[in-house]
Amino acid sequence: MKENKLISSVKEAITAAGVKDGMTLSFHHHLRNGDYVLNMVMEAVAELGIKNLKLNVSSIFECHKPLIEHIKNGVVTEIETDYMSGSVGKAISEGIMEKPVIFRSHGGRPDAILSGESPIDVAFVAAPTADPMGNCSGKYGPSACGSIGYAFPDAMAAKKVVVITDNLVPYPLVDYSIEETYVDYVVKVDKIGDPSGIVSGTTKITRDPVGLMIARYAAKVIEHSGLLKDGFAFQTGAGGASLAAAKFLKEIMLEKGIKGSYALGGITSYLVDMLNEGCFEALMDVQCFDLGAIESIRTNPKHMEVSAQRYASNYYKSSCVDSLDVVILGATQIDTDFNVNVHTDSNGYIMGGSGGHSDTAAGAKLAMIVAPLSRARLSIVVDKVLTVSTPGKTIDVLVTQRGIAVNPNRPELKERLVKAGLPIVDIHDLKKMAEEITGVAEPIKTGDKVVAKVMYRDGTCIDEIKNVITK
Amino acid sequence: MRRTMLFLPGNSPAILLNADTLGSDSIILDLEDAVSPTEKDSARILVRNALKYLGYKNCEIIVRINPLDTDYWKKDLDEIIPLKPDMIMPTKVSDADYVLTIDKYISELEEKYGMEQGTVKLIPLIETTLGIENAFNIAKSCPRVTAMFLGGEDLTADLHCKRTKESNEIFYSRCRMVCAARAAGIEVYDTPFTDVDDDEGLVKDAQFAKSLGFSGKASISPRHVHAINEVFSPTEAEIEHAHAVMEAIETAKAQGRGVISLNGKMIDAPIVSRAKQVLEMAAAINGGAN
Repeated sequence: MKENKLISSVKEAITAAGVKDGMTLSFHHHLRNGDYVLNMVMEAVAELGIKNLKLNVSSIFECHKPLIEHIKNGVVTEIETDYMSGSVGKAISEGIMEKPVIFRSHGGRPDAILSGESPIDVAFVAAPTADPMGNCSGKYGPSACGSIGYAFPDAMAAKKVVVITDNLVPYPLVDYSIEETYVDYVVKVDKIGDPSGIVSGTTKITRDPVGLMIARYAAKVIEHSGLLKDGFAFQTGAGGASLAAAKFLKEIMLEKGIKGSYALGGITSYLVDMLNEGCFEALMDVQCFDLGAIESIRTNPKHMEVSAQRYASNYYKSSCVDSLDVVILGATQIDTDFNVNVHTDSNGYIMGGSGGHSDTAAGAKLAMIVAPLSRARLSIVVDKVLTVSTPGKTIDVLVTQRGIAVNPNRPELKERLVKAGLPIVDIHDLKKMAEEITGVAEPIKTGDKVVAKVMYRDGTCIDEIKNVITK
Repeated sequence: MRRTMLFLPGNSPAILLNADTLGSDSIILDLEDAVSPTEKDSARILVRNALKYLGYKNCEIIVRINPLDTDYWKKDLDEIIPLKPDMIMPTKVSDADYVLTIDKYISELEEKYGMEQGTVKLIPLIETTLGIENAFNIAKSCPRVTAMFLGGEDLTADLHCKRTKESNEIFYSRCRMVCAARAAGIEVYDTPFTDVDDDEGLVKDAQFAKSLGFSGKASISPRHVHAINEVFSPTEAEIEHAHAVMEAIETAKAQGRGVISLNGKMIDAPIVSRAKQVLEMAAAINGGAN
């Protein structure tokens, strides 16, 4: 008989798991900006006097601001992540850490973990529901987040796995996501997160007329791409114009009676509605964005949870992104070679990361960027992006309110869209149009220190992010 | 093609920046009701500069000026006319003299700035009972008047009745406007639908306006533009029929036949003209995105 896995506190679990100086700890980001677990563990680690740790976190949000102190105090000396926003990104950009952050994509991270390139010593898995042997799920409990797809590689590959839950249920948890065979210890805490930061109540479509116009064009591009037919597979983001494009696409699919195969990615209520109205046969969900998505993944067998590696791996024999027809993506900058930046802002600060951007762009038959032509008095189209997050060869179309630019390596697509009467414009002309209004921005001056490296999904470094110069 | 005319406040830089990307065939840059008296001068300067520097490309430009009984209308024209907007929309137009006063002043400005006489057209806003009764005279008042626009909100106040979604109270005015405009040979545009969240009601209202003979409809919200455009756009069947008409003409020409028929029906000049109009519209609507 194996000993009970239940441990009474986080600190004891850290000790039991054998966390020592120089080790790598991992965390997932399904509790998003409501996550308490990373801070809880790191505070305990710091109190135990453990230093020189490497963190492997699928994403870092504003709620993880206490990390800055841990970096300054030498508790954390290395970070690998797919996305970093808020204060931590700002501090990293200002050069507070000696070693550069390693940015990976949502597919690149599980590949690096599972192939052994990026080993994890101890994975701390925040679990909205778990049983005493560590079977756990994100679908139930007061801190429910739905899918916990990004935690799978951590649980599968880490030498030790600690499940931290605020909803301990009797063994066996029937509808589990991660199974007990991977789990060493289980800790019950009062709260693993703040539900208001984990998901939004409802995801709303933009009311911004420019965003709606872009979304309309995006839906029309899909309609005339030749890809919108029975079996169509689709991914879109949860923000602004992306969600509105899904709404307009739904109208077209219903009107034409098109039955898609699956929608992928971060799932919102809008995609759930499309599933329920017959636009898709299935949802493949690596992360839920709102309460409607959580309810659906809990109750509808056609709404499937997928692991990070099944979502976007480049290393395994196939993953969901490989069968995508269309993905709609955002950009902070796009250059005239269609390279996209989603890592740094207009002042050079880290404010995001690839997430699944480069994975889906590489996998989908049509990768579309939707963005207003200018933001905050700056053109979105530039000669050269500050940071290459996604290579231009994998981006097919840029959709703005003033026209649609097609990558020259897709002449057949351009021909289709021109024939459909859509306003097709050369990307250099879009840049010119924007700059006629905004003027040409002065280049951002960065320092010489590399504060982050951007690893492409195949593990190669495609760009480096330098420190910002602060006054 | 003027299916939609979108009202945009003349005092909002962010809106003016993207005014020509919202899918509307015409935009009405408003210096009147949308602008408070304390902001009249800044809005006038902003609209002037928008016309001067933003180079609106994708739509017709209409500027709504302040009424004759204010001190603003001449100042509005002084700033705007040199920038050659497509049209000026005078408000609360009640008779032909009202139009002629504005026409005269625009002529002076056109001369002053070396513009061809009649460059800037007029689309009078009829929103009083007197204006409705004088609609034909207003429509025929001068060659600048190439269209008229019915404003239902102020009109119902003048009618001493309540504005309702059913719009029975403006039924007579709508019919009278359409008849007057068609008799004068000009275009005519319907009042906006003001409930921004009632998409179904908007479509019904636009379809009804179209059925009465209106050429298009004004909108106070960018979110209404697409639905109105759809109502006033040719349907796929109409486009197909227009193609068939043009093909029948080509075939008849090639065969040297004078009398042309399609599906057993004679094709005469009005049918050809309508077919051309439909094909022009089909070509201009950006693949249906607008």
